[in-house]
Amino acid sequence: MANLTLVQAINLALTQEMEADDSVVILGEDVGLNGGVFRVTEGLQQRFGDHRVVDTPLAESGIMGTAIGLAMNGIKSIPEIQFEGFLGPAYDQLVNHGARYRSRTRGAVTVPMTVRVPVGGGIHAPELHSDSPEAIYAHTPGLKVLMPSSPYDAKGMLISAIRDPDPCIFFEPKRIYRAFREEVPEDEYTVPIGKAKIVEEGSDLTVVTWGAMTIQCINAMDSLPEDLSVELIDLRTIYPLDVDTIVESVQKTGRCVVAHEAPLTAGLGAEISALVQERCFLHLEAPVQRVTGFDTFMPYYKMELDYLPEAPRVAEAITACAAY
Amino acid sequence: MPIKVAYQATIEYMQILDEQGVLDADLARDTLTDDQVVMLYEHMSMCRRLDEIAFKLQRSGRLGTYPQNMGQEAIASVALAARKQDWMVPCYRENAALFLHGLPPEKILQHWMGDERGNQIPDGLNMLPMSIPIGTHMLHAAGIGWAAKLRGIDQVAFTFFGDGSTSEGDFHEACNFAGVMEAPVVFFCQNNGWAISTPRKKQTRAETFAQKGLAYGLKVRQVDGNDIFAIYKAAQEAIVDAKAGKPTLIETLTYRLGDHTTADDARRYRDSDELDAAKKKDPLIRVRKYLESKDLWSADLEDAMVERNKVKVDDIVARATNIEAPKTSDIFDAMFATTPPELARQRDTMHTHSLGQFPQQETLSNPTPHPAHA
Repeated sequence: MANLTLVQAINLALTQEMEADDSVVILGEDVGLNGGVFRVTEGLQQRFGDHRVVDTPLAESGIMGTAIGLAMNGIKSIPEIQFEGFLGPAYDQLVNHGARYRSRTRGAVTVPMTVRVPVGGGIHAPELHSDSPEAIYAHTPGLKVLMPSSPYDAKGMLISAIRDPDPCIFFEPKRIYRAFREEVPEDEYTVPIGKAKIVEEGSDLTVVTWGAMTIQCINAMDSLPEDLSVELIDLRTIYPLDVDTIVESVQKTGRCVVAHEAPLTAGLGAEISALVQERCFLHLEAPVQRVTGFDTFMPYYKMELDYLPEAPRVAEAITACAAY
Repeated sequence: MPIKVAYQATIEYMQILDEQGVLDADLARDTLTDDQVVMLYEHMSMCRRLDEIAFKLQRSGRLGTYPQNMGQEAIASVALAARKQDWMVPCYRENAALFLHGLPPEKILQHWMGDERGNQIPDGLNMLPMSIPIGTHMLHAAGIGWAAKLRGIDQVAFTFFGDGSTSEGDFHEACNFAGVMEAPVVFFCQNNGWAISTPRKKQTRAETFAQKGLAYGLKVRQVDGNDIFAIYKAAQEAIVDAKAGKPTLIETLTYRLGDHTTADDARRYRDSDELDAAKKKDPLIRVRKYLESKDLWSADLEDAMVERNKVKVDDIVARATNIEAPKTSDIFDAMFATTPPELARQRDTMHTHSLGQFPQQETLSNPTPHPAHA
């Protein structure tokens, strides 16, 4: 066991998978000698060589498109897109090609690729370095969408993604890259794709969240009266969604709050809210509450914290929902 | 049948003012006047100082991530060649050219201080804000030039981008569109040797970046990017060609003397020998040497200029710092010409927890301050 940050846990997972499987290849901008702009791939090029940890030309569509080609021909590619805001040029390759090959060839051609992308706000970054686009990719058939909230999960989830036979997009919440440490086993282990985690059990109200918002929700719960028993679910995998865990919890508590950084409209809060009313209608004691970013662009850093749904906003929503 | 040559090309390289400050008088004819050179020297020196102060502001927490422009100030002379009506479509290492074209320098600081109003280009100035993602904006320049042609107005669009940008597909599409549409566009590829940690030799196997323009039928040339005369002359000639429907791609050979941004540490991947060699080619040093050789400059004039630039930069920083804080409602009101009702509701209830969903909402006329905002 070692006490690791999220960055270190991801680095360990990459190291161990590259060690175990020669077909694993990392490619992206500045991932080699520089170890990535967040140092997630630090030391990997020195260890595995520049043919397996590849500094590419500056071209996201090129990175994504060739990663798809690599994956179709026996290489387990791990492309890194430096920030979520740079997924734009790669979007066509990922959505219209990477995600579709299995289905359109009825399984003759597959894309075992894991796209790593730092995501989200809260680090005073420049424009297009702070967005939360996970709903766009959850809305894309053929992709698995993951976002860990802790070092332990990050390692196990990334290993699952790399070993998965289908394209996965692994979002890394940069706000918690180094925010805290956690015991992470040295040995390889997996956290299954599609399985949410009940972070805290409770009986009065269910909070559903993922990524860096998990920490805001924990902080919100710490500020609430002790006699309010809140169950906190971290989805971990955004697609495929762990419907059973959400439904069982809300059927038990009768109240649900969903929290995410991304904008409100057509965000995942809408999906989860719809699911809850379909599957838990007769158990509900209150309308489902969504605590989200606004339908605006993530502002530059001066107003970043006005946009992000911080713990106090989550706490208010929980209190109001519980009192309804 | 004998094999014929289908196409052959050469790429010209132009330097007029060398590293030692020696001028090629023939090539320099009808370019910059003495007064313009003195003005450029003072302006570039001011930009260098602003860059150093911006770095310090970032380190002391008063500025966000900042990309230093140090070493690339010679691009300023494009703005002297450009006419008032011409467009500047920049990346983020052309501050010197933007200021000279009319952008108030505090706008750049305001942007990096995390305030969108830094992008609010003043009326009457044909300029786009800095493009943050790499290589996306050259297509906009192609469209802007194309529009000028469609409207029959005399404007040229100048766009600036780094060597790394030429690997993006959008760069190629921009060159191709400008060529096919015969749009008045001038592409400045500022080849500073590095795309964060990726050196020029890993970016492309092509011998020059200029030659990429040949494939799209553009006029192309390579110039010393630390040479204000060569950049000026290339820009002057490119304007003539652009107006005649021939866009140009100019590769400027320069060097990024600083890190990529304040979030980067180039010592991790770059030899100090290479940096030391590049410092000898500094665009400021050679202009000063040139001016001194013509008795247009002296230690006294330098001292006086340094003092003037200190005051100028202090003023810029003060103006940027003293701008009143932005209002959170701006992020909603800036979205559309007319704010849709649901978005207005989000704005009016933003200090409550649930964005207008919950029955007991306060309104903006009677807001309950959220603890986080109180």
